[in-house]
Amino acid sequence: MTDYYYLIPIAIALGLTGLLAFIWSLGSGQYEDLDGAAERILHQEEDEPLS
Amino acid sequence: MSCCDTGLVVAAIAAGSGAIGEEIRLASRDAGGGLRQTDLSVPGVYCGACMATIERELSNLPGVEHARVNLSTKRVTVRWRGSEPVPAFIETLKGAGFDAHLFDVESSQGDPVFSELIKALAVSGFASSNIMLLSVSIWSGADAESRNLFHLLSAFIALPALAYSGCVFFRSAWRSLRHGRTNMDVPISIGVLLAFALSLYETVVRGPHAYFDAAISLLFFLLIGRTLDHMMRERARSAVTGLARLGARVARLAGDDGGHTFIPVAEVRPGMLLLVAAGDRVPVDATVKQGVSDIDVSIVSGESGPQAAEIGSLLRAGSLNLTGPLTVVANANASDSFLAEMVRLMEAAEQGRSAYRRIADRAAAMYAPVVHLTALAAFAGWWFATGDFHRAITIAIAVLIITCPCALGLAVPMVQVVASRRLFEAGVMVKDGGALEKLAEIDTVLLDKTGTLTAGDPQLVVRTGDQQALSIAAALASRSSHPYSRAIAQALVPDGALSLDGIIERPGLGLEARFGADVIKLGRPSWASQQDAAEESSVVLSRAGRIIATFDFHDRMRPGAEDAVGALTSEGLDVEIVSGDSEARVQRLGRLLGIDATAELMPSDKVARIIDLRAAGRKVLMVGDGLNDAPALAAAHASIAPSSAADVGRQAADVVFLQESLIAVPLAVRIARRSKRLVHENLMLAVAYNVIAVPVAVAGYVTPLVAAVAMSGSSILVVLNALRLSGIAGRASPKKETAQAVRLVEAAE
Repeated sequence: MTDYYYLIPIAIALGLTGLLAFIWSLGSGQYEDLDGAAERILHQEEDEPLS
Repeated sequence: MSCCDTGLVVAAIAAGSGAIGEEIRLASRDAGGGLRQTDLSVPGVYCGACMATIERELSNLPGVEHARVNLSTKRVTVRWRGSEPVPAFIETLKGAGFDAHLFDVESSQGDPVFSELIKALAVSGFASSNIMLLSVSIWSGADAESRNLFHLLSAFIALPALAYSGCVFFRSAWRSLRHGRTNMDVPISIGVLLAFALSLYETVVRGPHAYFDAAISLLFFLLIGRTLDHMMRERARSAVTGLARLGARVARLAGDDGGHTFIPVAEVRPGMLLLVAAGDRVPVDATVKQGVSDIDVSIVSGESGPQAAEIGSLLRAGSLNLTGPLTVVANANASDSFLAEMVRLMEAAEQGRSAYRRIADRAAAMYAPVVHLTALAAFAGWWFATGDFHRAITIAIAVLIITCPCALGLAVPMVQVVASRRLFEAGVMVKDGGALEKLAEIDTVLLDKTGTLTAGDPQLVVRTGDQQALSIAAALASRSSHPYSRAIAQALVPDGALSLDGIIERPGLGLEARFGADVIKLGRPSWASQQDAAEESSVVLSRAGRIIATFDFHDRMRPGAEDAVGALTSEGLDVEIVSGDSEARVQRLGRLLGIDATAELMPSDKVARIIDLRAAGRKVLMVGDGLNDAPALAAAHASIAPSSAADVGRQAADVVFLQESLIAVPLAVRIARRSKRLVHENLMLAVAYNVIAVPVAVAGYVTPLVAAVAMSGSSILVVLNALRLSGIAGRASPKKETAQAVRLVEAAE
């Protein structure tokens, strides 16, 4: 029973971390061009997103 | 014709790229640090290699800091130093084999609604999965103490999720309630909020049942539908705004020294002296002051043959100057020009058309009162029968939760998302779901001729002439960009051994050259020769004043036109042609396609025809491309325009097709009709679900577990039914289209 007190916060904190990571990646434009990202990996040149 | 004209030609050609450069500068925005940012639409990008080529080519241009391709939206973002001359983006891309055009500053902004929806979706997804995890433990028989703890935890997760993700629905529901109407979001909001309030109360009093899972997973499901819906619409919208603009946005103001300066079209005032180079569109209604040329008015009036322009000719805004440079006097402001008149006609037509109510809203208007009355009746019945207030309110809320239109909320958008996607793959852009619904209802189709049924470029028909004469004509014609010349050069093979000297293009008249000792002329009959007999031909070839070949031209039919008309007729639709072109051309096409045709219609006549049909109870689909079609596109029940259409027409149309073939029109109609059937099936499914679920809820047997299973089950059923649409056939085979393209209007004659 006392296991709850640390297992549940851990579970929720992990989920929350994932959520925040997703919102951050959305905000930084990583989903702007999914098709392009799939192709760019095949090219050797230097590559940075246009901020 | 004097030597001065030649000088003007050279000046105009040199300034050709200047006009584009100036447009680019006007359309660019400040990116900070002295840099300007320009967004270009490049529809031809489809692979990684294209992407690398474009980025390399553009980065190598002087003045360019950075270029990046977005493959998903087929756009290129370029940052360049504003202090330097505008780099030749468009020309460079053209050299690399890509057509590019400018993007408006407004339309290249991001999409805030979409990222808001995605965030709301992520939050509700996170919350619903965690709450569901806790709920499963409760359903599997947690003891009372753990159950209360889990309910409390669920409440803590649900509250922020509801406040954040639920806002999408609450705002829309509130907006519609404030205007005294009801939409699908009203019952959704009421259901979710009541479920949350009841669960909160149950948690506080340590009751056995809480519906946090139902409330939040409902939001999650509905947000999925809404996000997909928005994504499809946005994709179609950005594909349509990415098309080339046909109107002029800068005008060349003639200077005293023979040069010119660029001014925005909006600043043109009547009486200003403007230059219109060959290849430019006329910016405002104007009168020719100096010069001779041929004018393509097909987009303005639907007339397919080029018109001659000479001193005193009246030009309408939007016409294309083909061969010679012109100096014109502006007759009107941009806001009083032909284009503006069309916009006014369009607005008038739109006011005549009653606002369309979407199926989902109509369903909600019927559904919401029934559900709410049932809940109220359940509450009154239980309270009266048992006197137990708490029990009565619990059952009433359970009725609302179980009937909360999850399936209904997904029933319509899911089908429309699948249908739009299916059409998108076939190159047909649907502006919104309402367009599909309207398209499914039409029973009459009006087709424009020039640019819609016909491809807009003339097709050569040789009338007379021997082999040598024809090869001379081909050699001569290959030097000009006049549509008739291009048609001749395309159809005939020049003889490489021929030597023609001193080829000159005489704007408005034709081409002239020396062949041995004789003067060869290819052009207007009255100019090329003194013989009267040739007047009925469009173009003749003369040698020393004697006609040696005559040519005539007909419109080339757009690929798939015959199949499209056939398919529309077999769908049971009445099809007719309404055109602004001459009687003879239109009637010939009508006979060929076996449908009624009306010619020489003014833009307002087309609208009048639609209003007549509407008065007779018909629902009209208008298909057209010209400026003259724009008011009719706005007046019709539904409208389709090809991607080559004038800008205003494209904006007025519900559907825009990007492919060349007209087969897109019956395809859109067929898919719209099929999706209407599926929407109805889905609505029936949702009703059937309620017919079973409501008595169970009213009887008081609904627990949170039953609610969760019933709601997910009905949603999944509706989504699966919608997915059946993606399986239907109807893609035109490319082989068939090519065969169609070769077929001429002439073939039947």
